[in-house]
Amino acid sequence: MESVGSIILYFIVALSMIVFSVMAVTTRKILRAATYLLFTLFAAAVVYFMLDYEFLGAVQIAVYAGGIVVLFVFAILLTSKPGDNTERLTSKSRLLGAVGAVAMLLVSGWALLCRTSMVFAPKPAMENPDMQLIGQTLLGTGEGEYLLPFEAVSVLLLACIIGGVVVARKR
Amino acid sequence: MDVTVPILILAIPLFMFIFLGLLGMKMTHKLAGTLGTLGMGTVLVLSYYTAFNYFFSGAPEFVNAAGDRLQFLVFDQTWLQFTESLVIKLGFLLDPISAMMLVVITTISFMVHLYSLGYMRDHHGVYEHGFQRFYAFLSLFSFSMLGLVVATNIFQMYIFWELVGASSYLLIGFYYTKPSAVSASKKAFIVTRFADLGFLIGILVLSYYTGTFNFTELTSIPVEGMAGVSQVNLDTAASIRSIFENSAAPTFMGASVLTWALVLIFMGGMGKSAMMPLHIWLPDAMEGPTPVSALIHAATMVVAGVYLVARLFPLYLMENSSMVIITVVGAITAFYAAVVACTQIDIKRVLAFSTISQIAFMMVSLGVARPEVHEGLGYMASMFHLFTHAMFKALLFLGAGALIHAIGSNDYTAMHGLRKHMPITHITFLIGCLAIAGIIPFSGFFSKDEILSACMGYDWVAYLWMSMVAGLTAFYMFRLYFLIFWWKEHKTPEGHHAPHDQPWTMSLPLIILAAISCVAGFIPFGKLVSWNGVPYDFMAHFNWGVAAVSLAVAIAGIALAWVMYKKENSLPEKFRNAMPSLWKWSFHRFYWDELYMFITHKIIFGIVCRSLAWFDRHIIDGTMDAFATVTNKTSNAIKTLQSGQIQMYVWWYLMGALALGVITIVCLL
Amino acid sequence: MEITAIYYLIPALIMFCCGVYGFITRKNMIAMLISLELMLNAVDVNFVVFNRFLFPGQMEGMFFTLFAIAIAAAETAIAIAIIINIFRAARNIDVRSLNEMKF
Repeated sequence: MESVGSIILYFIVALSMIVFSVMAVTTRKILRAATYLLFTLFAAAVVYFMLDYEFLGAVQIAVYAGGIVVLFVFAILLTSKPGDNTERLTSKSRLLGAVGAVAMLLVSGWALLCRTSMVFAPKPAMENPDMQLIGQTLLGTGEGEYLLPFEAVSVLLLACIIGGVVVARKR
Repeated sequence: MDVTVPILILAIPLFMFIFLGLLGMKMTHKLAGTLGTLGMGTVLVLSYYTAFNYFFSGAPEFVNAAGDRLQFLVFDQTWLQFTESLVIKLGFLLDPISAMMLVVITTISFMVHLYSLGYMRDHHGVYEHGFQRFYAFLSLFSFSMLGLVVATNIFQMYIFWELVGASSYLLIGFYYTKPSAVSASKKAFIVTRFADLGFLIGILVLSYYTGTFNFTELTSIPVEGMAGVSQVNLDTAASIRSIFENSAAPTFMGASVLTWALVLIFMGGMGKSAMMPLHIWLPDAMEGPTPVSALIHAATMVVAGVYLVARLFPLYLMENSSMVIITVVGAITAFYAAVVACTQIDIKRVLAFSTISQIAFMMVSLGVARPEVHEGLGYMASMFHLFTHAMFKALLFLGAGALIHAIGSNDYTAMHGLRKHMPITHITFLIGCLAIAGIIPFSGFFSKDEILSACMGYDWVAYLWMSMVAGLTAFYMFRLYFLIFWWKEHKTPEGHHAPHDQPWTMSLPLIILAAISCVAGFIPFGKLVSWNGVPYDFMAHFNWGVAAVSLAVAIAGIALAWVMYKKENSLPEKFRNAMPSLWKWSFHRFYWDELYMFITHKIIFGIVCRSLAWFDRHIIDGTMDAFATVTNKTSNAIKTLQSGQIQMYVWWYLMGALALGVITIVCLL
Repeated sequence: MEITAIYYLIPALIMFCCGVYGFITRKNMIAMLISLELMLNAVDVNFVVFNRFLFPGQMEGMFFTLFAIAIAAAETAIAIAIIINIFRAARNIDVRSLNEMKF
C-alpha cells in the first residue's frame, strides 16, 4: 500500500506526461513543442526517481533536459523566424497519423491488458543502487558489467562530435 | 640427331609470320618480301639437310640393319596434360613421308615466295597493297603445313590442320575488297570446317577406343615383326588389333565404331583434298592470288587429305570397307573433275579441276594399295604422284600466273597464240602439260603409270576407269595449252603493250620447277618411300604393257586436242552442238554449286532456319518481352508507393510491424 | 491503492503513440525529431519499469536506458547537424519537399 503522497505524485506525473506529450505533437509553434518535450522529459525523470533509480533520473535531467532540449532550441532558432507557425495540417495526414497512433495504442494496450498478467504484479522492495555499485558495473569487465558498451558509446560520442562539426560546418 | 635443325624448320616460318605481321608495315615492300624469301630459303636448306640426312646418312636411328626405314621421333614434348592418360604432345616425327613432304613444301613455298616478288606488283613496278601481309600469311601457312606433316600424333595434326585451314582462308581472302574473294574464302572455310567436324569426331572415337593419339603406336598395328618397332608399340598394337578383330567390338548403325572413326577421319581428308561432294570450295578458292593457288590449292594443302590417309594407312588397311570407300570416292571425283575441266574457260579453274582430279588419283592409289598386291605399290605410287604432281602443278599454276599477269585476265579466250610473245612461259608450261599428261620421260608419266599398275593389280575396272581419266587429263590439259599458245595469232588490244615474258624472279621458279618435272621421274622413289619402310624396287614390278597403254592413251588425248584446238576451226563448236546437254552440265560443273545453294538456302535457311527464326522471334523473344512488359506495367502501377514521402514509409512500416505484432501475440501468447 | 507496473506502462504507451502521431503528421523536421525523442523516452521508461517491477535485483534495464540516453544525444546532435545543413541548402526544413528519392 502506497502512501497518499506518492499516489498523488504519481497522478500528477502521469497526467503531465500524457498531457505534455500530446501538446508537444499538436502545438503549431515549434518552440512550444520543444518546451512541452522538456516537461515530458522532466516527468519521465520523476518516474525514475519514484522507481528508486535516482542516478538515472539525474542523468535524464542533465543529458535530456539540459543537453538535448537546448540543442533543439538552438536548432529551432537557427531554422525558423520568430512567430512562425507551421502551416495547418491537412486532414488527410492528420487522419493517417491518428489511425497509426490509435492502432498502435489499441494493439499494445490490448496486449498489455489482456494478454499478460505480470504487469499487475506489485512493486517489490529494492535497495536503491548506490553510486559505487553503478560505477563498478559500468566500468567492470566481468559478467553483467559494461565496460565495452561504455567505451563503444564514448567512441560513438566522439564520432558524433566530429560528424556534427563536419556535417554542419559552412563550406 | 640434333634437335636444333628440326626446331628451326618450324620456328623460322613462325618467327617470320610474327615479325612480318607486326613490323611488316614499317618496312618497305621490297625489304619485307626479301626477308620472307630469305627466311623460307633458310628453311628450304634446313629441310633439305634434314631429309638428306634421313634418307642417305644411314644413321642407325633412321635405318636398321636390314635397310628398313624407321619412324624417328626427333622430339615429342608433352604440351597439354589433362589426365594421366589424356596427354597431348607436340613433336617432330621423321619418317619417309614426312621427310618427303618437308622437301615438297619448302621447295614449292620457296618458289612461291620468290615468284611473288615479281607477281605481286603491276607492270610499273608498284607493289600491291598488303604485300607485307601477304608474305606474313605465306609464312604462317608454311609453318602450319610443316607442323602438320611432322606431327607425331593425330591431335597435333588436327591443330595444324586447322591452322592450315585458317591461313588458307586468310590467303584466299587476300583481296578482301573483292566480294567474290570474300565469299570464296568463307566458302572454303565453312566447307572444310564442316569436313573437319567429321575429322574431329573420328579422332575422338579412334582415340577413345585405342587409348592413344600417337602415330607410332597407331600405325605399327599390322606390321608386327617390322623391324624397329619397339616392344611397347607392339603391345599397344596387339591390344588395338584385338579391338579391331573382336567381333563383340562396339558397333554403330551396323558398322564397327572403328570403321566409322576411319571414315570420319577420311571425311576430314575429303574436305581438305576437295573430294566429291566436298570439292566445291576449291574452284572458288582460285579467287586468291595465283601464287597462293600454286602453293596451297595445288601443291601442298590440298594433298593434306592424301597425306592423312597415308599417315594412317596401316589402320585403313585393317578395314577393307574404308579402303573401298576411299577408292570409290576417289574414282568418281577423278572422273567428274576431269570432265568438268574439259569445258571451263577460266584457266585457273581448269587447273583447279585438274588438281581435284589428280588428287583423286592419289586417293584411288591409296585405296587400291594392298600389301599383297605388288607389296603395296599403290601407297608408294600415291606418294610419288603427290611429289611429282606438286612440282608440275605448281609449275602450271605459276605459268598461269605469268599469263594472267601479262594479259590481265583469267579468261583464256583473251589469250590465244602467245607462244611467240612469252617463250619461257610457253616452254615451261608445255613441260608441265606433258608431265601431267603422262608423256615419257616427264615425271608424271612414272608416277601415273605406277598408279595405274596398282589399279590393275587391284581390279580391272579400276584400271580401265583410271586410264580413261588419264586420257581425259591429257586432252583437257592440251586443250588448255593449245588454246592459250596456238589457236590463232594474238591480237593485242588497243592501247596495251604486247605481252612479254616476266622478270627473272618469276621466270626462275618456272625454270627450276620445269627442270624438276623433267627429271623427278627418275628418282628411285620406292627406295625412299614405302608403306612399311622396307625399300622397294618398283622397276621389278614395272609393267611395260600398262606403260605402253597409258602412253598411248595420253598421246590419243593430246592428238585429239591437237586436232580440235591447234588452229582456229569449228570442230569444238560442232562437238558442243552434238552434245549440248553434256556440255552444258559440264560447263556448269554438274550444278553442284546450285545443289548446295538449294540445300543451304532453300532447305536449311528457308525451311529449318525460318521456322527456328519464327520460334526465336515469337516464342523466345515473346517470353522475354512478356517478362519485360509485366515488369514494366507492375512497376508503373506501384511506383507511386515510392513517393519520396518518408512519413508514408513510416506509416506503412508501422502498419506492417503492428500486423506482425498482432500475429505474434495471437499465435504465441 | 497499489501502483503496479501497468500504471507506468499506460502513460508511456500514450507517450509513444503521441510520438507516432507527431512523426507521421508533422512537416517540420525538428518537430519530427521531437516526436522521435518522445518515442525513445517512452521506451526508456518501459525498460526502467520492467527492470524495477520484474527484476528488482538487477540493473540491465537501467543501464540500457543509460546507454539509450547517450545514443539519443548523439543521434540528436547528428540529426540536427543534418537538418541545419539541409536548411542551408534548401532554406526549408519541410520534409514533404524533400522527395528527391521518389520513383
